[in-house]
Amino acid sequence: MTAELPRKRIIGYADKLSLAPGETIAFKASCEDIAEYRADIVRLICADLHPKGRGWIEKEIASPVSGSYPGREQAIPAGSWGRVPSAPGLCSESLTVALHLWPTTPMKGEQALLARMDVSGKRGWMLMIDATGALALRIATDKGIATVSTGVALQERVWSFVGASFDGASGAIRVWQRPQKTWPGHDATGDGAGEVAGAIDASGLPLGIAARPGREEGPRRFCLDPCNGKLEAPRLYGRAMDAGEAMALQAAPLGERALIAAWDFARDTMGETIRDIGPSAHDGELVNVPTRAMTGHNWNGEVLDWKAAPAQYGAIHFHDDDIADCGWETDFSFTVPQGLKSGIYAARLVAGEQNDHIPFVVRAPRGSASADALFLMPSASYLAYANEHAAVESAGAMDAFSGHLSGLSAQDLLLDERPDLGYSLYCHHGDGSGVAVSSRLRPVLNMRPGVTNAWVGPGGTFPWQFNADLPLMDFLEHHGFACDVATDEDLHEEGLDLLSRYRVVMTGSHPEYYSKPMLDALDGWLQRGGRLMYLGGNGFYWRVAFHPEIAGVMELRRGEDGIRDWVAQGGEYYQAFDGAYGGMWERQGRPIHALAGVGMAGQGFDISGYYRRTDDSRNPRAAFVFAGIEDEIIGDFGVVGGGAAGIEVDRCDFSKGSPPNTLVLASSEGLSDIYYPGPEEIDNARPFLDAVQNPQVRAELTFHETANGGAVFSTGSIAWIGSLSWNGFDNNVAGVTANVLRRFLDPEPFPEP
Amino acid sequence: MDAIDPARKDLVEEFRRNPVGRQSGDLRRLLNTIRRHPDLPPYVLVCTKAQREWRLATKPGGKGAVTTLLDHPPFNDPLEAEWQVFRLRWKALTGEDLPHDR
Repeated sequence: MTAELPRKRIIGYADKLSLAPGETIAFKASCEDIAEYRADIVRLICADLHPKGRGWIEKEIASPVSGSYPGREQAIPAGSWGRVPSAPGLCSESLTVALHLWPTTPMKGEQALLARMDVSGKRGWMLMIDATGALALRIATDKGIATVSTGVALQERVWSFVGASFDGASGAIRVWQRPQKTWPGHDATGDGAGEVAGAIDASGLPLGIAARPGREEGPRRFCLDPCNGKLEAPRLYGRAMDAGEAMALQAAPLGERALIAAWDFARDTMGETIRDIGPSAHDGELVNVPTRAMTGHNWNGEVLDWKAAPAQYGAIHFHDDDIADCGWETDFSFTVPQGLKSGIYAARLVAGEQNDHIPFVVRAPRGSASADALFLMPSASYLAYANEHAAVESAGAMDAFSGHLSGLSAQDLLLDERPDLGYSLYCHHGDGSGVAVSSRLRPVLNMRPGVTNAWVGPGGTFPWQFNADLPLMDFLEHHGFACDVATDEDLHEEGLDLLSRYRVVMTGSHPEYYSKPMLDALDGWLQRGGRLMYLGGNGFYWRVAFHPEIAGVMELRRGEDGIRDWVAQGGEYYQAFDGAYGGMWERQGRPIHALAGVGMAGQGFDISGYYRRTDDSRNPRAAFVFAGIEDEIIGDFGVVGGGAAGIEVDRCDFSKGSPPNTLVLASSEGLSDIYYPGPEEIDNARPFLDAVQNPQVRAELTFHETANGGAVFSTGSIAWIGSLSWNGFDNNVAGVTANVLRRFLDPEPFPEP
Repeated sequence: MDAIDPARKDLVEEFRRNPVGRQSGDLRRLLNTIRRHPDLPPYVLVCTKAQREWRLATKPGGKGAVTTLLDHPPFNDPLEAEWQVFRLRWKALTGEDLPHDR
């Protein structure tokens, strides 16, 4: 067997996703066994490698970036933890450490809970879970190293009060664990005792919470022995105590004279600072954005909003595979010259057969528009899917789900090998908990031109998100339509002010994730006469929150309902980043249908169908849509499943809020028997749910007027954009899209019907 | 999980003609069974040339499980891969060889 698995050996990311002329973006790359690579800036037009697609079209931009750069490997400091800077006040001859712990991988191996231990492990102390899953304290003195364990494995996902003490005078060590819950034959209560000679000296060492502080390289803070699980209310005292005394003090430690620090994770929940409520304010910083606003050991199930009872939400869930910012050194930067056309660009990195494209958006100059139309790049949805792992983790179950074999790419294989590249909001962490936070400050290997989704389409042949949206650029270029590009993050930051410069907004193929500022702005703009072309499916579905301090970091709680690859724990439906109730927008009085005319109806990932026109398509109000198009069947072709109606589809539903003036212009046919509705459509499972037997699972092409002369045109299908370039753009999907765009660009208000 | 009925050559023929897309209820149940069968190798394709070439491999579920390329000629059409994997599964469960060519 001579074939080898394909391997991706150059990866990178940028500090920004979108920028305007005069602004600078920094690119960071990591190479494996590559001494030198070439970089250029290119404008991306199309990367449709389907045998019947348009192929790879990019235009090189003359810039000072063009040239060769030395390749180097840059490590990723994965793992979330809390870092408290070293301070003389953190030192003591004797100590007691205690906290509430909900371990999720107690048998993983050594995991630090609270540690001031140097990198070599030969100086300091560390409260930890040992290799047998038991609570332990390691003391490293000038005379030796001792690790004292309870010898009893902690129960996974059971709260325990754990702690340990060291008496500097006698050298005595005590450790304990007190589970909140026991079962006959399963009592994880444990104690241990031992001793060590010598004195501890942790001077100069930062204190780590949920990990042992490791080496530091510039902004990169590596950690050692990271733990998985929820930690709550760590305490540090300057004298030795036994379990009973420490437990008695745990809830109210401030009266204890020996208190050194008492961290309260229920304070400043929306940010990355952890507060010490003790007298010396040994505040710390969280690294890699662990999940906050988590239920604590005392959550009583009566309160669901962390803001209403912060004391019951004093836990942080740490993961050894969290990554918020790789912190890599910059390889090169690019300052966008004045006059560079708004569009989708990339830094192209090439070394022999290895390459990477790091995408970015050039916006119109700040405060202005250079066109009447805007492509609103659904970057929040790209971020939700960033480094998605379903195909590499699900084996044959994915075969059955998507109706064909998956096709793993070099990107998929690297993601599988490198958990430090982090996960998508569809993934589970290594400890089995759902991934609630995603960041773009890391290589996002599936947000790349030419990259298809491993489990979507036979052999992973269908594009997804970023690469599925690029053909729209190709279409606009072909027709000579002027169009600016901005991202969801731009909309989140600038709101209505951004949209108010444009007459038409076009979405991508799958704008699924919206923050409240984004949705409010889009809704408000529509009511002021804006014209929206929703060119996708399953849009406006989930509510997300962007981090209040770190740009490019986003949070999701998969709560209550909707298509969920994981489900948030009870009591953890409220977002930490903004305190809002997370989940589906339609569960929060913001039905998709009211905005778009259509809303999520179902999904399948094998083939696409087509649309058949309805009588409404002959309504004079919609005459402009089909001008010059006599075909009854629309979109029975395309590179995404062979049709324009498919993958994830939306239908008009007046009972769910579609405006009464919505015209259903065409309705889909030909979806397969593995198209199913989402859980929000299934109140009770029935043996006729699939699209062959269930007429509710369909895509619909709709049009409706909004206030002040505005309008909405929706395709209700992820596959639509994949049909635009078929037959050299000479097809009825391109025709309909061009007709709608031309009319929407016309300032003539749409009359009230 | 239902046992595979080797006599259902009609389902084999249906799959041979149409390996992906709308299928009969009986074929769908057969596919759901053999694709998720715990005793069969977890087949997957590895794409070696974008949209042009795939190789057959196994990849167990879970994080970081080893991907193993199998000694099998590359495919230039993912639908051909569907048929060959169907043959492998059918052979393993019924002992019968199905024709190589689609």
